[in-house]
Amino acid sequence: MDLCVNGQNREFPQPLNVEQLLEHLELKPERIVVELNREILTIDRHADIQLQDGDTLELIQFVGGG
Amino acid sequence: MQIFVNEHSCQVEAETRLYELRDRQKPNADLLIVNGYPVSEDQQLKGGDRVVLIRRGKQPTSADLEALMRARHTPGVHEKIKNSCVGIAGVGGLGSSIAIALVRVGVGKLVVADFDLVEPSNLNRQHYFIDQIGLPKVLALQESLQRINPGVQVETIQERITPKNLLIHFSTVDVMVEAFDAADQKTMLISHFLRDCPQIPLVAASGMAGYAPSNSITTRKAANNLYLCGDGITAVLPGQGLMAPRVGIAAHHQANAVLRLLLGEEPE
Repeated sequence: MDLCVNGQNREFPQPLNVEQLLEHLELKPERIVVELNREILTIDRHADIQLQDGDTLELIQFVGGG
Repeated sequence: MQIFVNEHSCQVEAETRLYELRDRQKPNADLLIVNGYPVSEDQQLKGGDRVVLIRRGKQPTSADLEALMRARHTPGVHEKIKNSCVGIAGVGGLGSSIAIALVRVGVGKLVVADFDLVEPSNLNRQHYFIDQIGLPKVLALQESLQRINPGVQVETIQERITPKNLLIHFSTVDVMVEAFDAADQKTMLISHFLRDCPQIPLVAASGMAGYAPSNSITTRKAANNLYLCGDGITAVLPGQGLMAPRVGIAAHHQANAVLRLLLGEEPE
């Protein structure tokens, strides 16, 4: 499956939902804001959304402090 | 000739002297400032001079303060800022400094939310005072903001912000600010707010701990209507705490991004 992640085209061996993609990339979902095709997703939808070939994602990572 | 007295433009006779002006306009003034310098002797004024007449210890009226603020800004800018409302979720190191900057620049209304109380450990970077320890942060901040400008409207919410109450408090702001401490709270607020209010710009922050170089902190557009300030990487770790200078830099990046959005400019 081909996805565009943070501006880079990447190939993944198997179909993934958003939750599985973050796991595959070793990212902690509660620290990431996911924008899929210019739409922001809340964390409760990660497991329900099956990614499609050609999807564009921005994965914005947050660290603590404020 | 035309001069400015307490930022108001006014016509006076040519060769008017400073004490004559004082006696006519504000006889009890005991501090006279001409073109930025305090003066202790009478002098002849010239066209274009800016004279400030102050009675020490007396607060300006709301109307005077309004005129002072308006005079500091390009025409039109003050009205836009004054008629705007900004939401700030979290008033710790980031949120308290952002609120102060926005009130100083003349934002007319703030909605501030935080469940926390002022603790001694907050004083290393947050805009609170030792005599405010134990007060709810939102009330302590409201007090400080109204000491700067009594005309500012501050709506205080002493609650933990959740996906359930987020929209009740913030759905009508012009610009929203994320100023939480914990990463999972930041992502919760951002994802729920931008899902439900995608038309309202949101300014968030990530990465401002320690004392790494100032210039590593930037403002960037991270997604549609999401602006992100910080270096993106320096988390709070043992030996890398939150310190006033860098938290302040990130906070003022956020405040300036808010100001640019209110004035119709892209923050990046």
